[in-house]
Amino acid sequence: MKIALLHSRIRMEEKLLVKAIENSGVEFDLIDMRQVHFDLENPDPWRQYDVIMERCVSHSQAMAALQIFNMWGIPTVNNYDVGMICGDKIHTSLALMMAGVPTPSVRVATSQDMALEAIGEMGYPAVLKPATGSWGRLLARVDDENSAEAIIEHKMTLGSYQHSIIYAQEYIDKPQRDIRTFVVGDECICGIMRESEHWITNTARGGKASNCPVTPELAKISVDAAQAVGGGVLAIDVMETPEGGLTVNEVNYTMEFKNSIAPTGVDIPAKMIEYVISVGESNK
Amino acid sequence: MNTECPECGAAVAFDEAPMAGEIIECEECGVELEVTAVNPLAIAVAPEVEEDWGE
Repeated sequence: MKIALLHSRIRMEEKLLVKAIENSGVEFDLIDMRQVHFDLENPDPWRQYDVIMERCVSHSQAMAALQIFNMWGIPTVNNYDVGMICGDKIHTSLALMMAGVPTPSVRVATSQDMALEAIGEMGYPAVLKPATGSWGRLLARVDDENSAEAIIEHKMTLGSYQHSIIYAQEYIDKPQRDIRTFVVGDECICGIMRESEHWITNTARGGKASNCPVTPELAKISVDAAQAVGGGVLAIDVMETPEGGLTVNEVNYTMEFKNSIAPTGVDIPAKMIEYVISVGESNK
Repeated sequence: MNTECPECGAAVAFDEAPMAGEIIECEECGVELEVTAVNPLAIAVAPEVEEDWGE
């Protein structure tokens, strides 16, 4: 059994994953995506790996690598299809909706007029998000048509071409917190509550993490969401609705977890590596 | 293991053996630094966050 951990910058998460692989006793290589090239006609150098764990911080770099490995038949965690779905919020919303997993309403439009009409139909407030992006960046809560018009015009004028696709999500009036759960395979291994006075509760934006007990309801919606996008090692962002239900906001396929180990008491990297090894073993 | 911040010249020390690709913050000027090599040790100002970066 031999694992490759494909990375770009080494975050605390990658260091913890390396320790977990070392503890497992499995042979592994650390591969910096920026220091390799691929001969598309020659997969042989990569066939020495039973499974490749992808941990690139860049979505587009990750997709390039996963596409190549999976087309060559080399298993990866996560796989290309999962990355494609999770890396695109339109795709994620569709996957969740088609699987019947509760998720906020979404409207998509490609012009300012149609975007304003769509948000008007859905109702204010709404949240404008880049279809690709993470860490809570460039999210905009729009409370009325005036603010929506201004934000959309700025996106269309100043943004890259991706920003001309307007993704408007129903605003969920959640408590000053949301929930992040961690799903490994078919198990929801733990969850955290992220609290913030700001409506954006990402820990990357200063949200404070505490343990969130995994109730059967939370486990079910988390595992359902993970399976809806194709399964693997995933972090599910869940919001509590004013009606007392749960709804899935986003699914992350290269999850960060350093702030979640202490509050949950769960050795998340060890669980992740156990799963990666199991994928590699099933490939033997 | 010690080296200098390429931005401000302050001493940069590592408690544990650094890894290539590891990101640290200069305690003096706050710039993000990336370990570009470990033998010999080399660090550079880390690339700016790109739009497609995340989890």
